[in-house]
Amino acid sequence: MSILIDENTRLLVQAITGREGSLHTSRMRAYGTNVVAGVTPGKAGQDVEGVPVYNTIRDAVREAKPNASVIFVPGPGAADAVMEAAANEIPLIVCITEHMPVHDAAKVYRYVQEQNCRLIGPNCPGLVSAGKAKIGIMPNQLFKQGNTGVVSRSGTLTYEMTDELTSRGIGQSTVIGIGGDPIIGTTFTDTLKLFDEDPETHVVVLIGEIGGTDEEEAAEYIGSRSGKPVVAFISGRTAPAGKRMGHAGAIITGGVGGPDHKVQAFNEVGVPVADTLGEVAERVQEMLAAGVSR
Amino acid sequence: MLLQEYMGKDLLRAAGVPVPAGAVAETAGQAEGIARGMGPVAVKAQVLVGGRGKAGGIKLADTPREAYEAAQRILGMDLKGLTVRKVLVEEQQKIAKEYYAGLTLDRSKHRFILMLSSMGGVDIEEVAVSHPEAIVRTWIDPAYGLQTWQINQAMFDAGFEPSAMKDLRKILGGLYRVMVDTDALLAEVNPLAITEEGRAIAADAKFDLDDAAIYRHPEFAAFGAESITDPIEAYAAEKSLTYVRLEGDVGIIGNGAGLVMMTLDVVKSVGGQPANFLDIGGGARADVIRNAIEVLLKDPNVKGMVINVFGGITRGDEVARGLLEAAKTLDLRVPVAIRLAGTNEEEGRKILEGSDFTPASDLVEATKAVMEQIEEQGAVTAGGHA
Repeated sequence: MSILIDENTRLLVQAITGREGSLHTSRMRAYGTNVVAGVTPGKAGQDVEGVPVYNTIRDAVREAKPNASVIFVPGPGAADAVMEAAANEIPLIVCITEHMPVHDAAKVYRYVQEQNCRLIGPNCPGLVSAGKAKIGIMPNQLFKQGNTGVVSRSGTLTYEMTDELTSRGIGQSTVIGIGGDPIIGTTFTDTLKLFDEDPETHVVVLIGEIGGTDEEEAAEYIGSRSGKPVVAFISGRTAPAGKRMGHAGAIITGGVGGPDHKVQAFNEVGVPVADTLGEVAERVQEMLAAGVSR
Repeated sequence: MLLQEYMGKDLLRAAGVPVPAGAVAETAGQAEGIARGMGPVAVKAQVLVGGRGKAGGIKLADTPREAYEAAQRILGMDLKGLTVRKVLVEEQQKIAKEYYAGLTLDRSKHRFILMLSSMGGVDIEEVAVSHPEAIVRTWIDPAYGLQTWQINQAMFDAGFEPSAMKDLRKILGGLYRVMVDTDALLAEVNPLAITEEGRAIAADAKFDLDDAAIYRHPEFAAFGAESITDPIEAYAAEKSLTYVRLEGDVGIIGNGAGLVMMTLDVVKSVGGQPANFLDIGGGARADVIRNAIEVLLKDPNVKGMVINVFGGITRGDEVARGLLEAAKTLDLRVPVAIRLAGTNEEEGRKILEGSDFTPASDLVEATKAVMEQIEEQGAVTAGGHA
């Protein structure tokens, strides 16, 4: 087990003939992902490393039956690309694209819900079920199969956290970057619910950052259930208010989104908040050991 | 991107929202011309800083001649580091009561929200803390937009008189349309004033546009330069680098927003003060690293640098090459600590062998080393002066 993706994932790549699309198609296949189709309007009949290209998702669905899609379409077209995937009822849509206008994201979110699909991102690195499948742009060499779930709003910190775990011999079930935008399709809470239901995941690492209240909502959820133990890390703990720290969503405004409140919310429900990624790994190690002895 | 008050009011006026009569002037003569045919006016500096009034950026004038004098005093004035180039000259309002109206994103509900409050004229964030019950909240379905019944319900809940209903529909309906049309993340009228004649009017206008959507608003793109308030931030934007200037003296470069934020935290945890946030993004090549170092060197406060790269798509060898390129082409006057891990870390280390740079694998150690060098430098400088 793992969450969201595994050996049965049949992936469609939107904008497969572009620079990013073709490069990452190659890397995802190298990881073992079954890429069954690509879409670039006007390029039907071509192929990328043998993966057939279609003009529309409708055609790709008819021929190749994908059950997940990844979007490399640039900012201005990304919202439309998600809508096309949702209109064709692709159950899992992963949008890597950065700089999707927020008004577009609000419409997209609503439509995806209405179509009963799941969107991850935008502005995210994607996800990996270690040893099984990868969707997105995370570096292939970092992962080791195991029982720790990782969920993060930051791309690079996800890599670094995974590296930290793997170097200590701690494997991962699924590692997922949910994205740094103000509106994202899948939140911390959504992901925690999935990890709670996954027998392979024993411990969850949550990497939050300043901005919004997604961490507080996750803490509330954690307090309301008896699920997997969670270790948290918050980046931007010294960031000043009113400044957007790179991610569109990483800003403290109107007294909302500050780090202290997030740390407090986690502490109140017994979730340790580590000061470094190394310390996160240590806590995970302790929790896994305690779980084994139980 | 924040819009100047006069631009916001022009947008609202065009959308049928009642706003005070007025126009923008770049010279005192123009200001006098605008004031002619109006009653008493307010002359308001058009700069994007808070507390304009207290800083002397807003003056009242009873006659066109006084408007000329007021404009002459305000134009060219320095307000918190920004030079005033334009003033808005508008008719003074006789205000009986001040309300607040704002549209913004509710992140956890994934949709925009209309907030109305009878406590206008003050910072809504303060109201949210002190009198949360005084804010009436209405969530807007992005598929259908703000409905008239929602406006009615919200205004009665917020305590408006029925006589204001017609104006309120114009103001809130127009505000919503302008927000959607301009891709604004914040559209605010504060105060939304009720005049002594019982009319509702948008006495101020604040719009913050979504930078990710500027590509579909070329009319505002030209204004972008005017809205960047820091020269180094402007230069970084030119080089397509995500840079935020802060107040300390330790320059910071990293790849990925989360990683850079974490680096800021580490610098602070060992007693340093970050001078900036700079994200080179994913897959940066050597020239991007060089440019990033150049941007940091433009800040005279920078006394040392910490470069933190965890290679995913970004490659260690490119980072190393960029560093050497910077050392060759720039006056690298400050100590630099570099922490390199991930993709092509070994290649990067080899490239830096025999240079002045020794990559560390531990960020805390690297940062401590640079902090020590900064302190030593400080001691030398202090000694020199003594």
